[in-house]
Amino acid sequence: MNLTLHVWRQKNAKDRGRMATYDARDISPNMSFLEMLDVVNERLILSGEEPIAFDHDCREGICGMCSLVINGIAHGAERGTTVCQLHMRHFKDGQEITIEPWRAKPFPVLRDLIVDRAALDRIMQAGGFVSVNTGGGPDANALPIPKPEAELAMDAAACIGCGACVASCKNASAMLFVSAKIAQFAHLPQGQPERMSRVRNMITAMDAEGFGNCTNQYECEAVCPKEIPVRFIAEMNRDYCKASR
Amino acid sequence: MSQLDGHVPPGPLAEKWDKYRNEMKLVGPANKRKLHIIVVGSGLAGASAAATLGEQGYNVDCFCYQDSPRRAHSIAAQGGINAAKNYQNDGDSVYRLFYDTIKGGDFRSREANVYRLAQVSNNIIDQCAAQGVPFAREYGGSLANRSFGGALVSRTFYARGQTGQQLLLGAYAALSRQIAMGAVRMHTRTEMLDLVLIDGVARGIVTRDLVTGTIQSYAGDAVVLGTGGYANLYFLSTNAAGCNVTAAYRAYKKGAFFANPCYVQIHPTCIPVTGDHQSKLTLMSESLRNDGRVWVSKKAGDKRPPGDIPEAERDYYLERKYPSYGNLAPRDISSRNAKEVCDEGRGVGESGRGVYLDFADSIKRLGIGTIRERYGNLFDMYYKITAEDGYQTPMRIYPAAHYVMGGLWVDYNLMSNIPGLYVIGEANFSDHGANRLGASALMQGLADGYFVLPYTITNYLATAKPAKVTADRPEFRQAETEVTDKLKRLLSLHGKRTVLSIHRELGHIMWEHCGMSRNDAGLKKALDLIPQLREEFWKNTIVPGANEELNMALEKAGRVADYLEFAELLCHDALGRAESCGSHFREESRTPDGEARRDDEHFCHVSAWEFTGAGQKPVMHKEPLEFETVQLAQRSYK
Amino acid sequence: MTGYVRFVKSSIGSKLLMAVTGVILLLFVIGHMLGNLQIFLGQDALNTYAEKLRGISLLLWIVRISLLVITLIHIVTSLRLSWLNRQARSLPYVYKNTVQATLASRTMLYSGLLVLAFVLYHLMHFTWGITNPEYSKLLDPKGRPDVYSMVVLSFRNLPVSITYIIAMILLWFHLSHGGSSVFQTLGVSQPKYHKMTERVGPILATIIVAGNISIPFFILLGVVKPFAGGMP
Ligand SMILES: Cc1cc2nc3c(=O)[nH]c(=O)nc-3n(C[C@H](O)[C@H](O)[C@H](O)COP(=O)(O)OP(=O)(O)OC[C@H]3O[C@@H](n4cnc5c(N)ncnc54)[C@H](O)[C@@H]3O)c2cc1C
Ligand code: HEM
Ligand code: HEM
Ligand code: SF4
Ligand code: F3S
Ligand code: FES
Repeated sequence: MNLTLHVWRQKNAKDRGRMATYDARDISPNMSFLEMLDVVNERLILSGEEPIAFDHDCREGICGMCSLVINGIAHGAERGTTVCQLHMRHFKDGQEITIEPWRAKPFPVLRDLIVDRAALDRIMQAGGFVSVNTGGGPDANALPIPKPEAELAMDAAACIGCGACVASCKNASAMLFVSAKIAQFAHLPQGQPERMSRVRNMITAMDAEGFGNCTNQYECEAVCPKEIPVRFIAEMNRDYCKASR
Repeated sequence: MSQLDGHVPPGPLAEKWDKYRNEMKLVGPANKRKLHIIVVGSGLAGASAAATLGEQGYNVDCFCYQDSPRRAHSIAAQGGINAAKNYQNDGDSVYRLFYDTIKGGDFRSREANVYRLAQVSNNIIDQCAAQGVPFAREYGGSLANRSFGGALVSRTFYARGQTGQQLLLGAYAALSRQIAMGAVRMHTRTEMLDLVLIDGVARGIVTRDLVTGTIQSYAGDAVVLGTGGYANLYFLSTNAAGCNVTAAYRAYKKGAFFANPCYVQIHPTCIPVTGDHQSKLTLMSESLRNDGRVWVSKKAGDKRPPGDIPEAERDYYLERKYPSYGNLAPRDISSRNAKEVCDEGRGVGESGRGVYLDFADSIKRLGIGTIRERYGNLFDMYYKITAEDGYQTPMRIYPAAHYVMGGLWVDYNLMSNIPGLYVIGEANFSDHGANRLGASALMQGLADGYFVLPYTITNYLATAKPAKVTADRPEFRQAETEVTDKLKRLLSLHGKRTVLSIHRELGHIMWEHCGMSRNDAGLKKALDLIPQLREEFWKNTIVPGANEELNMALEKAGRVADYLEFAELLCHDALGRAESCGSHFREESRTPDGEARRDDEHFCHVSAWEFTGAGQKPVMHKEPLEFETVQLAQRSYK
Repeated sequence: MTGYVRFVKSSIGSKLLMAVTGVILLLFVIGHMLGNLQIFLGQDALNTYAEKLRGISLLLWIVRISLLVITLIHIVTSLRLSWLNRQARSLPYVYKNTVQATLASRTMLYSGLLVLAFVLYHLMHFTWGITNPEYSKLLDPKGRPDVYSMVVLSFRNLPVSITYIIAMILLWFHLSHGGSSVFQTLGVSQPKYHKMTERVGPILATIIVAGNISIPFFILLGVVKPFAGGMP
């Protein structure tokens, strides 16, 4: 199949950037979206142009590196899918596709479709951990955890830190990511001692980064490749209020 | 050629590690702060090491090429992590885990290391549980286990299909805590491009900032490499696009020995190739083999859809040939058998390179709900990639390059032959011998990082001559110049081929001639083809852009350039090892019924290679493998 | 105090402020609607009710001032948050698309501001008697201020009724999101009930808006008729 791509090109963080149009020819429906871009890049390189820079690594939907907004939807229109796992069979021959980077002030564009997501790491550094030194834990079975709670913690822990929630939220809010991180520990006994300070510190860090505020639009949940539910935001709100008393 | 000494401490096997820890030298807290350790890599090995060293009071710089330490390729591990907890009371023990691992590795690993690995395996589970890793649990609240290939006990801990991610997030959390405390400085999007030695001791690294192109040196009292594996040499592999041999290879060029490079694990349960465009192969956890049955048609060229092939005409070849392990036979055996049936023309799918993995019986026995609960995410993944529903029709699987047992040579202390250079995780030649059992790489990475290296490096730093080294020594300048020159050379390439096409071709050569089964003629052919391709690369590729910008094409070119040299080393090793052992199957060395035949008389050793100059044959050093407690036996999973 | 200010300025603190003020405004709107619906009970009933309300003047003023303050907090916070949110996405997407965020949720600021405009008009209309002064000074047969006639006579004017009806539709948008959103913001939205709470907003908004619209609607239809009295 053949496609027309409208792609954001920006040389570096200081460049103003612009949209450019490219043709993608002879694309197989079995290709992943990134493989389609590989093909386009190969041609660009051979014709002496600079390839389109995009982040990717594992290409199997787990590292959270890939980050494209496709026709206005972070990670594209397939539910629960990262772009690296989005296959071209979901597009039509002749379709026009607009590809943009994550857009949020705390995610400055480094080049083309690559953004800097270090803000998410800084939020984690503010409290996204259990303070235990290596060798400091008791026997793993000394602390039984009810299966339903463990499952909930796992639901939250499934977040791959891609930032699609931020990219898709009309307010560029990072609440889904942060709430998932907080919820993982809030549902485990290991997380209880620091539960209140964690939520306070992480929210403070999140606000300091300049993310927007959640107005409960739930767009984040719809694009999240790991389908993290917004219930964790509700839980976080509650915890934050408790922690602020 | 010389004999290498693994520096295994004396004493009975079971007591070596405790004795070592009791007798090692310690560094006082005030001095620790003055000691500076460089950790390259933030995977399970690197992150756990950097966090623990930070906790202990050392001054740590940690590097990774991704935009966040949490994205190291350890994140992709699905299946699980082994430990000898014996929570299932099925007869497991430290000794049994040790024995299974050494047997799984086909008796090509260092006994003392493997024993230590089995010993600390239990601490890992405790540590991770304390960090809040959401392991799977039973209704009673205790930890759940599953069984994995190559073992008859159920000792694998897991977190849904995302064990690697959860373990890495645990280590990343610990690392984040140390970064917040200022004990560790994290350098993301930074690639190590050279190792710097001063007076024969590892003293630092040269890096390139992948956003700005700045070349910068970092000096330290020790350098730790946890840079992962090189399976991407095969182009199509289960590894992440950025996985590379660069860090290890450049250390090799600076004098570190490369051990057993030919031990490459080909994983049996990957989604088959669909076309030339493909950039990677996706692994599906081999835990699927717990409930899935592997089969092909008995007839060659059988094009019927799987549902139309009656039971009597199916060949469940693993169950037939290995009745006691059946579908859980180790990876090398499963992979080779899949290749064999496909070579016989019995392969399935359009390409004929695939076998069925069938869940129909398990679904009948356990119900679709149970299967969905156990493997739901894998079925989803399979569906996303192939648009086929694994619950309805059998999945198609085929082997793919996955993991490397080979790596930089290290002694019992995890130190390479270069003083002060430590290598951990998949990057070292590891504890897995010639074949790694499932769920043991995560165990090894975390064992190295949390529980072994922090001790052994302390012992080294306590005894090493203190030398205040800064990055303005001429050795650093020289290394920086070399790195810059190499980058310039790459950027001066204006030929007609892309780096990707060269990499694909290299992968093809390696897969054909040095893949699942190898022979003398094929390896020689590869050794002939690789230098030609290398020449083609340096003559006819094009590398766009400049150094002073985010230039992914340049990064890729640098990595492929190293692969093009490293491939030759790997083939030399494969050619020299004229025995079949573990993943390394030499067609010349097999039993009458076609199984691999190990040759303990001639090859019971580690082959550690020394760089002797570009384009020249490397020199091999041997570390003989001595077994105190284990009886060397032909591996049998029948 | 600084801790309180910090809380209120934090993202979740502001969210909470929006929700708490929103709920109070919501309760007012519900109560106000119930009061207004007494118009269907006739002139006497409504005017008695209005009389009673005015009778408790101290309380009335307390309520009025609190409502004013709460409305101001609601508005100021919403303006501040909207400003911050706009800044958080400095460069908008070229291709705009939405998967599941409702139109109502995306236009809260606009629906809110339009409701504000309506309320100002509404106050000028009934409370301050600026837009239709001719109906404000009426007295009923018992000599009480004739709220009933004021409303009925006003709404017989088509443009006035249509203005109210349009305003109510805007209010519907605001409340259909707001009425569900508060559960999530206050963290009372248990997953078990999430589907249910998601319906509360639209249902509540529909009831309130239908109730309010029924007044001009039935007046226009002539079902609710002007009564005797209505004399200055
Ligand atoms: C798909 C898949 C599934 C797997 N499943 C399992 C399983 O179920 N159980 C199991 O036990 N094992 C499994 N493995 C194997 C296991 O995941 C890996 O062997 C292990 O995680 C490697 O960890 P590591 O820390 O050594 O390296 P990695 O996690 O690969 O980390 C390497 C680090 O080094 C950095 N790095 C690399 N090169 C450079 C450079 N030049 N400069 C700077 N930084 C650099 C990277 O940024 C990264 O941070 C799986 C592997 C794969 C690919
Ligand atoms: C009588 C009038 C009003 C009522 C009953 C009302 C009610 C509500 C409610 C219940 C919410 C939901 C709060 C939450 O998300 O938890 C809300 C949100 C909001 N209101 Fe109002 N409001 C009114 C007037 C206004 C006005 C005049 C404005 C505008 C200036 C406004 C702007 C907003 C905005 C922007 C939000 C979104 C914030 C969010 O969803 O968190 N509202 N309102
Ligand atoms: C069709 C619907 C409505 C009718 C018929 C109506 C009617 C009235 C009447 C008659 C009064 C004057 C009472 C008096 O002065 O004695 C009044 C006051 C008021 N109304 Fe409404 N109203 C309607 C909808 C609304 C809505 C939707 C809001 C808010 C969003 C609102 C807010 C107010 C306010 C703030 C006052 C002033 C209260 C006070 O004096 O303290 N009204 N309304
Ligand atoms: S919550 Fe979902 S969308 Fe947001 S970072 Fe995590 S995985 Fe990505
Ligand atoms: S889309 Fe945005 S508004 Fe809240 S619920 Fe999600 S963060
Ligand atoms: S590339 Fe790793 S999640 Fe897409």
